[in-house]
Amino acid sequence: MKPLLEVRGVTMRFGGLVALSDLSFDVTPGHAHGIIGPNGAGKTTAFNVITGIYAPTQGDVLFRGESVTGCRPSTIAHRGIARTFQNIRLFRDLTVFDNVRIACDAHARYSWPGAMIQLPSARQAEKETIGRCTDLLEKFGLGNEIHERAGDLPYGSQRRLEIARAMALQPSLLLLDEPAAGMNSAETLNLVEFLGWLRDHFSVTMLLIEHHMQLVMTFCDRITVLDFGKTIAEGTADEVRKNPEVIEAYLGQEDGHE
Amino acid sequence: MTRWLQHPPPRGVLLALLAAGLAACFAIEQFGLVDDYVRFVLITFGINIILCVSLNLVNGWMGEFSVGHAGFMALGAYLSACVSVKWLSWGDPLWMFPLAVIGGGLMAGAVGFLLGLLSFKTRGDYLAIITLAFLMIVKSGIENIPYVGGPRGFLGIDNHTTLLWTAVWTVLTLWTIRNLVYSRFGRGIVAVREDEIAANAMGVDTRKAKLTAFVVSSFFGGVAGALFAHQLQFINPSVFDIVKSTEILVMVYLGGVGSLAGSILGATAFTFLSQALQPLGTWRMVILPLILVLLMIFRPRGIMGMREFSWFVPQREFPKKEDKK
Ligand SMILES: Nc1ncnc2c1ncn2[C@@H]1O[C@H](COP(=O)(O)OP(=O)(O)OP(=O)(O)O)[C@@H](O)[C@H]1O
Ligand SMILES: [Mg+2]
Repeated sequence: MKPLLEVRGVTMRFGGLVALSDLSFDVTPGHAHGIIGPNGAGKTTAFNVITGIYAPTQGDVLFRGESVTGCRPSTIAHRGIARTFQNIRLFRDLTVFDNVRIACDAHARYSWPGAMIQLPSARQAEKETIGRCTDLLEKFGLGNEIHERAGDLPYGSQRRLEIARAMALQPSLLLLDEPAAGMNSAETLNLVEFLGWLRDHFSVTMLLIEHHMQLVMTFCDRITVLDFGKTIAEGTADEVRKNPEVIEAYLGQEDGHE
Repeated sequence: MTRWLQHPPPRGVLLALLAAGLAACFAIEQFGLVDDYVRFVLITFGINIILCVSLNLVNGWMGEFSVGHAGFMALGAYLSACVSVKWLSWGDPLWMFPLAVIGGGLMAGAVGFLLGLLSFKTRGDYLAIITLAFLMIVKSGIENIPYVGGPRGFLGIDNHTTLLWTAVWTVLTLWTIRNLVYSRFGRGIVAVREDEIAANAMGVDTRKAKLTAFVVSSFFGGVAGALFAHQLQFINPSVFDIVKSTEILVMVYLGGVGSLAGSILGATAFTFLSQALQPLGTWRMVILPLILVLLMIFRPRGIMGMREFSWFVPQREFPKKEDKK
């Protein structure tokens, strides 16, 4: 099958620091693809390049076979790549509803002069957006909190809301940056279930960064391992687990922690 | 944006009040019900509302700090004066004056577009400095154009700004800005304030949001300037200086950022307070900036910051009754 996302020889330099060097991997439609690696390996940087926050120093990112390198983040979001952030970046002072609605607005088509004089088409589009957001929040179990300030939600709900907001874009590829960060093992188990539901219900392809090995190994179809910006291994969970370089660079230490 | 009341008071009451207000404005003009001073203050009040709510779009909803609003006023004032005094002076004020006001707004809006372009790369304090520079450029630019009177000012403008026109423009400004704020563009503008990176990643074209905010804000700044010019009948570049901008900033930060009700409240308090303080003369110049400093320290969001009076919130925003259970 044609890959949904192709990362081709991406290098990202920050001054003298090489955060990513010659990164290449493909994400197959329907898969959950994991990116793992020690702190500072360049995982978040890879997300930032894919979503257009950084333009890579070298290399190319293709989405559905078309280059999105150098496109603005909003353009890439419209094409169908949505993401969450490692340190939750909700619109904290806005309501839960408006957080989701801002992403939902990507699908509304009316002009600003039309909005200013309340053309019927603009009003109709607004109503449809409200309906869509209500449904989505209901699905994500946030239906009772829609008028609360996003920053007031408990941590777990904030993570959930951030994913809901990303899904409001109706993406075909969802990028999750450490969704299990700050969760205990019971919560992580719930998360695995939730991610499974997300994948099946919305048939969305996922690319996820995660430090929680068990989650990655059970949930991901393919895994890319980064270390100091270099790809040291790629394959299925079993292949990666057995790779001596990975064991040395990463899994070795991680096992030591547990 | 939380609301004052969870349930909206009946819409009809708002519309009735509005109609009554406009009728009163018409009657006052027609039958000379109030003396010239009261009429002057009422017109100033309307202009202040327009200034306050339009600046609020950039400073409140978008969270930038523009000090250049008096510059847009100046552009609107001068262009509209050119229209009514030099270019279309033969025209019937009934159509010529609205044209002059719209022309003033468009002029200001076009320059606001340029300032919006500058806001792509520059934010916060640096953008504030740019707006200050813009204000100075406009002022000294006008001083150097003999066609509009240079530093001596522009004389002989007719008094076209009636109470009724002021009321119409005030309502129009409030209505259109409300509609914008409760649309995807308004939410995009707010998202820029909240978190620009996240906004972008969620598909908000932040550049377009910034341009929209700047253009609409400066358009209405220009409209206010046009009304102001045809109220005073004499304008002069030094009227549109940083003191004028400061007055508008006081209104915004007193009434409340990101709120229509706050804008009206701020303009009300400012208009009537500054009339009351008139006897103090130049001491007003000390008191105004002092109020701004105190506001910034103790209540940076103003009285109604981020809150809205539910009359100004579109009906569709309220949850339906059956959802309440
Ligand atoms: N904007 C930037 N400017 C300079 N250096 C940066 C920038 N962004 C990231 N880096 C550097 O690039 C390297 C990779 O960072 P990155 O955030 O991608 O790591 P990571 O794999 O996500 O780590 P973690 O597991 O801690 O989140 C780090 O050394 C970081 O300091
Ligand atoms: Mg990271």
